[in-house]
Parts: sequence; structure tokens; C-alpha cells
Amino acid sequence: MSDYTGPLPVATPETKPFWDAARRHELTLPRCRPCGSFVFFPRSVCPRCLSADVEWRQVSGRGTLHTFTVVHRGAKGFPLGTPYVIAVVELAEGPRMMTNLVGAEPDPAKLRIGMPVEVVFRDVSSEVTLPHFRPAGGGA
Amino acid sequence: MSRDLRRMRGRVAIVGAAEADEHGKLPHKSAFMLHAEAARNALADAGLSLGDVDAVFSAGLWMGSETAEYLGIRPRYIDGTQIGGCSFIAHVQHAMAAIDAGIVEVALITHGESGASRIGMPGTRFGVDAFRMQFEQPFGLAGPPTGYALAATRHMHEYGTTSEQLAELAVSTRKWAQLNPRAIMRDPLTVDDVLSSRMISWPLHLLDCCLVTDAGGAVVVTSAARARDCAKRPVWVLGTGEASTHVIVSQMPDFGFWDAARMSSERAFAMAGVRHADIDVAMFYDAFTIVPVMGLEAAGFCGRGEGGAFVSGGRTAPGGPFPMNTNGGGLSYTHSGMYGMFTLVEAVRQVRGECGARQVAGAKTAICHGLGGMFSSAATLVCGTEIPS
Repeated sequence: MSDYTGPLPVATPETKPFWDAARRHELTLPRCRPCGSFVFFPRSVCPRCLSADVEWRQVSGRGTLHTFTVVHRGAKGFPLGTPYVIAVVELAEGPRMMTNLVGAEPDPAKLRIGMPVEVVFRDVSSEVTLPHFRPAGGGA
Repeated sequence: MSRDLRRMRGRVAIVGAAEADEHGKLPHKSAFMLHAEAARNALADAGLSLGDVDAVFSAGLWMGSETAEYLGIRPRYIDGTQIGGCSFIAHVQHAMAAIDAGIVEVALITHGESGASRIGMPGTRFGVDAFRMQFEQPFGLAGPPTGYALAATRHMHEYGTTSEQLAELAVSTRKWAQLNPRAIMRDPLTVDDVLSSRMISWPLHLLDCCLVTDAGGAVVVTSAARARDCAKRPVWVLGTGEASTHVIVSQMPDFGFWDAARMSSERAFAMAGVRHADIDVAMFYDAFTIVPVMGLEAAGFCGRGEGGAFVSGGRTAPGGPFPMNTNGGGLSYTHSGMYGMFTLVEAVRQVRGECGARQVAGAKTAICHGLGGMFSSAATLVCGTEIPS
């Protein structure tokens, strides 16, 4: 795990609970108490109403594939070999987030926008876990 | 609102527009050398001198005041607004406001970027801040092509846009480049060439992507009164707009539609009081083939989802009904990284009738439509040699 060569996130105060939860293999997001929206990326205020009254909630980890690209010319040193899939997933709770789609062939003909996906956690170092997604039901 | 906006029409003009002495792969030149060449050339084009300039606008990773220092200007108005490649088009709007408010009279907007050679460029890589580093980089976002591909995929899914249609745009743009002796890529290009070029980030091939060059450009903006005393016929600022919706790629409000561009262009058209049919030359930022396709939809030249069909059949090529990216675009002319400056320079040259073999006959009104970030920001300028009555 320590030989992971990819870029690692460095948490900031408003995002630390997200990365701490990922470490526990839980997907959590801030939710605005006054207006009820889930917030991504994590912020100290709700971008819909600017309320600072946000609480952390675990979310389902389920969603759909909103869009994707199959990367052939990858980021330098990125450990997923090319081709790999960068996806934007729309979570069941509403927000969209960027991730890698794993457990599926990186072939545009075999990926379908709208397909159900679920979170899977990858421990990439002794301190960092990344939320990836795979086709719902455990893989293609 | 539009009546108030229209009051601004023709209050300022672009009176100078030029590029650095050379462009391409220039390891012997720093970014600031390119700024300086472009600034000197643009001032000469305007018939103005350094001492006339009281406002400096530039966008980079450095402070706006550094550009002023290098050029030996002590401005009383400095604007370093950085919203990506369309920054310079937005600067025209900012300069208009500053001039109309009476704060300054002569604004110099400059761009210099060693995009290919990276000489004299700051070490920090553009685009990696606290949140991108957390929510994009760990997933292997490999620069702009991967981000734009996410929108292209969605556009194809929603509207049936095809890789062939995107390739047609690249081919038409190359035909313009073949008429421009200064263009970097002038070899003939076919749809098959684009489709068989190597895949960078599906669905975008290598030839769906812009060049990466070292280049610079500058424009000079001044008041209507001062403009009439400059060396060449004023190119009036008729309409301007700018907008921003997001920076983090995953937060694009609609991956199939460029909302910031709709906002910026609606405002520019409302101010200009011209119809789409009045536009003689269109300069649409083309970092990737998908960008003008979505830009044309957002700016209302065609309906939502119709951009692919709009650019097909050579419609944007020389001789076609919609002359677009007549310098050869970012795809075939040059692309320093922040390409928007070159849409301004070419639009000015077209409406002045300075374009030689690629001149659009009788061109009087042009639109510049710029992109920032990953469809994050947009800026639009409508300009021309006549102020509509």
C-alpha cells in the first residue's frame, strides 16, 4: 500500500470528516439542516442558502453513472493503468461526484450512462482511502 | 434591463490588436517576453505609446502588477482577473466599465504564455488547488482533455452528437488555417484523419484537441472620443458578458449544456442589440472540438443539442454560410493555454478587413466567445465597425 504512486488528497478542515469516514469505509456528506440539501464537495456552508448549519450524514453509496470518459493518455504516475475510467456519479441523495469506475471493462461500448453503481473503498496508503464506484451488484 | 445595457454600446472601442512577433515552440522566449512583444505591437497598431496607458489587464499565475512592471507602466487601474482562457474577453468588459466610469482612458490587455516550452512560467501548475487536489486529482484527471471528454460523452448520450460531427469541425477549422500563412497546422485534414488519430480520452481523439504553443497577444481599449484619434478605424465594443457556474468539474450544472455561455452571450446580445443573423464572423473558443459545438448552442446560434448538425457539412469552413474561427482556431492556428486573446485579435482584424486570403468579405460585426476552466466560465464580446442605430 505504501508504494501507491497516485496523487493523494490532503484534507482541509471542512473536508476532514469526509476523508476520515472514507477511512472507515463510509461515505458521508455535509447536509444543510435548514434547507435539507446534501453538499458536494464538502464545504463549511451550504451553497444553496449559505447557512453554516451543516451536519455530517452517512449516505447510501448508491447512485447512477452520470457521465464518463475512458482515459488513454493518463495522468503521470497514476496507478490505474490506461485505459481507465473517470466517472461522474450522481448519488441517490442528489450530489454528483468524480470517481473512478472499477470492476467494469474500460470499454465505452460496455458502459451505459444511467447504469446503477455503488461505492467501493480502496485503501491506498496507511492513511488514505479513496471512494471508487463499481457497477451495482458487485461488478460487471 | 436591456435598455440600460444598450446605453453602454459603442462607449468604448478596441483601437489596437496584435500578437507577439512569433509563436509556436519558442524555448528562447519567456512568457513575459511574449507579453512585451504583443503589447508593443498592439500599441503601435493603435498609434499610442506607453505613456498613454493608464490601466493594465492580464491573467496569469502572477500578480497583474508584475505585467505592468515588466512593461514599465505605472497604472492607476490593475486587473488580474483570472477565469481561464476567456479572461481577456472578460477584461474588455472590465475595461469598458473602468473607462465609462472615468477612472481611466487607455486600457492595455495583454497575454503572454509559454504554454509549450514553459519558460518563465510559475512553478505552480494551474488548476491544482485545495479542492481539485482532493476531489479530482486522486481519480487521475489527466488535464483538460479528460474533463472535456466528460461533457462530450454526455452530449453524445443526450443528443446523438457523433465523433464524425466533431471531426467535421476540426476539418473546417483546418481549411481556414490553410489560408493563414501564420497558422501552425496547415496540412490537409480529413474526417478520417481525425477519427483515426490516437484516442486521448474517449470520446476525444488527438485531433479533437487544440495545439499547445508559446504565444502572446494584446488589445488596447479606449473611450469613444479617444478612439477617433487613433491610427485605425475603431472597432466598437457593442456587447459584453461574462459568467461563471463552477470550477470543480463534477459540479458542472448540466454536462450536456454550457450554462455560463448562455448567460454571458444573452447579456452580450442584449447589450449589442444585434441579431444572430447580423454576425458576420464568429470566433468560438475551440480548445476541443466539443467546445464550439456546445458554445454555439449556448449562444443561441442553434438549438440545444443541434450543435453537431450545425457544424456539419462544412458550414463553418471557408465559403460556408457561417465563417467561424477564421484564423485556424486553437485547433490549427495556435493555443497558448489561454486562447481567448486570439479570438479578439482575429475578430478585430476581420472587421477591419485585414485578413488577406482568409478575409470574410464585407465583415462588419463579429462575436468572440470564450471559455474558462472546464465549461466553468464564459465571456462574450460582440464588436464591429458600425454602431447599430
